Amino acid sequence: MLSRDQVLRIARLARIEVADSEAAALERELNGILELVGRMAAVDTGGVEPMSHPEDAGQRLREDRVTDEDRREAFQAAAPQVEDGLYLVPKVIE
Amino acid sequence: MHRASLRELRVELAAKRISAVELARAFLARIERCNARLNAFITVDAEATLAQARAADERIARGDARPLTGIPVAHKDLFCARGWRTTCGSRMLANWIAPYDAHVVERFAAEGAVLLGKTNMDEFAMGSSNETSHFGPVRNPWDTDAVPGGSSGGSAAAVAAALAPAATGTDTGGSIRQPASFTGISGLRPTYGRVSRYGMVAFASSLDQGGPMAKSAEDLAILLDAMAGFDPRDSTCMDRPKGDYAAALGGGVKGLTIGLPREYFTEDLAADVAAPILAAIEELKKLGAKTVEVSLPNQHLSVPVYYVIAPAEASSNLARYDGVRYGHRAPEYADLDDMYSKTRAQGFGAEVKRRIMIGTYVLSHGYYDAYYLQAQRIRRLIARDFTEAFAKCDLIAGPAAPSVAYRLGAKKDDPVQMYLDDLYTIPINLAGLPGMSIPCGFGARGLPVGLQVVGNYWDEARMLAAAHAFQQATDWHTRVPRGFD
Repeated sequence: MLSRDQVLRIARLARIEVADSEAAALERELNGILELVGRMAAVDTGGVEPMSHPEDAGQRLREDRVTDEDRREAFQAAAPQVEDGLYLVPKVIE
Repeated sequence: MHRASLRELRVELAAKRISAVELARAFLARIERCNARLNAFITVDAEATLAQARAADERIARGDARPLTGIPVAHKDLFCARGWRTTCGSRMLANWIAPYDAHVVERFAAEGAVLLGKTNMDEFAMGSSNETSHFGPVRNPWDTDAVPGGSSGGSAAAVAAALAPAATGTDTGGSIRQPASFTGISGLRPTYGRVSRYGMVAFASSLDQGGPMAKSAEDLAILLDAMAGFDPRDSTCMDRPKGDYAAALGGGVKGLTIGLPREYFTEDLAADVAAPILAAIEELKKLGAKTVEVSLPNQHLSVPVYYVIAPAEASSNLARYDGVRYGHRAPEYADLDDMYSKTRAQGFGAEVKRRIMIGTYVLSHGYYDAYYLQAQRIRRLIARDFTEAFAKCDLIAGPAAPSVAYRLGAKKDDPVQMYLDDLYTIPINLAGLPGMSIPCGFGARGLPVGLQVVGNYWDEARMLAAAHAFQQATDWHTRVPRGFD
């Protein structure tokens, strides 16, 4: 069972602000999902390799060269705040 | 005309009895007339659609038409289409104009298909009822108080109500097959890696797969012929020879062995759904198929496994929505961290937040082995069940959903109950197999029931041929919801 503090810690890790009024419902819902997920715990998976791709295919490699055209302006047109081709964010270093 | 098959539309276009512009106008008019009742479309851009239709007419006049040239196709609103708003059903992307085309969108454009609009969906494809969309729920054309299923509910409702002759969807845990079942249309989720995920907004990358939604298996085959194919820009797209699905439709079911998983026919399955499913299996036998009981002993673990793997991958994929490069940014904040947290709190809806947080938890230090690795190990056991089953049969058949479409709001407040309803579709995603739902009758309140047909890896041609044989012998796929005829 996740405690209220754990729920708020997960929210901080996920960078999602949780209002005090939302915390109780969230705690109940997340614990409900984890209870469902907890059915996995009893399964003996000794010697079973984890599966991440249906055909166990690895990542394809390609030659390290530029293949995309430069469309910086088109991509930055969608950004909330841009200046001189740079994305603007609140100051992080004083 | 709006109920014509893709093949019939192609004949009409080729014979110049109708132009692509007239066809586009006819569907735009139906959307205009009916969409308020269904909320199936998020974005319609008549001018852009008609420009594509005019180009298609020129192509037809030049004599180099392809099977889909001039045919209107609606795209689920998570396929990026250059110049089109692509919202993913989220406030986060409510005003985002895609600067490039998804591979699937490119393929349809290369065929000369006409983009009819972008369809509503559960936010970031997370949901089974289409009620998590920022743009409001979609309604089921068979009963506008019922859900259409999800997450590709807008595409399903659009096809069922003939607001579009065909649409695209994506299926991470059943999001093509379950809405197809709920709305009485045909929908195919291809083998993982068959259709490129490039330009398809990511939810759970080891499970996501795009596929076609249409009235019939024949239409699905024509659409899959356009969609499938290798694309190096999706690192998990497989470079495998692609069948000619439309040409293989005549294969039939004679001599095929159909596996019936004993775990699919239990008390979890509502009686009103079981009856049409069993009748459909009898029909397949009449057409020359044999049946054999098979077992998928680990399938009851599929939903728990899915709710580790899908949220884990979602939490990673959705980390990109940070209010910096695109999408929503909170208007007020104290510092960078506060900007991230407020942006994501405002931009995402409740279901998306729940899944991101579950994913964050199961991937966090000290829990990764117990949750994520354990889920991936059981995932292999589930996939092995299918490998063993397919040693005894060519196709697997069963229900796509445990009930017919339920009322709007009925399951909204109990996420776990809604998750458990995906018990017949999720195992196929975990295994990476192709699956489809085709209409096979009606259950409670006169609502449609879908038969799920699952194939072995890369066996879409055989599935489509079997479904086509069934649809040649039955007329469930031609039934029309009242008020949308």
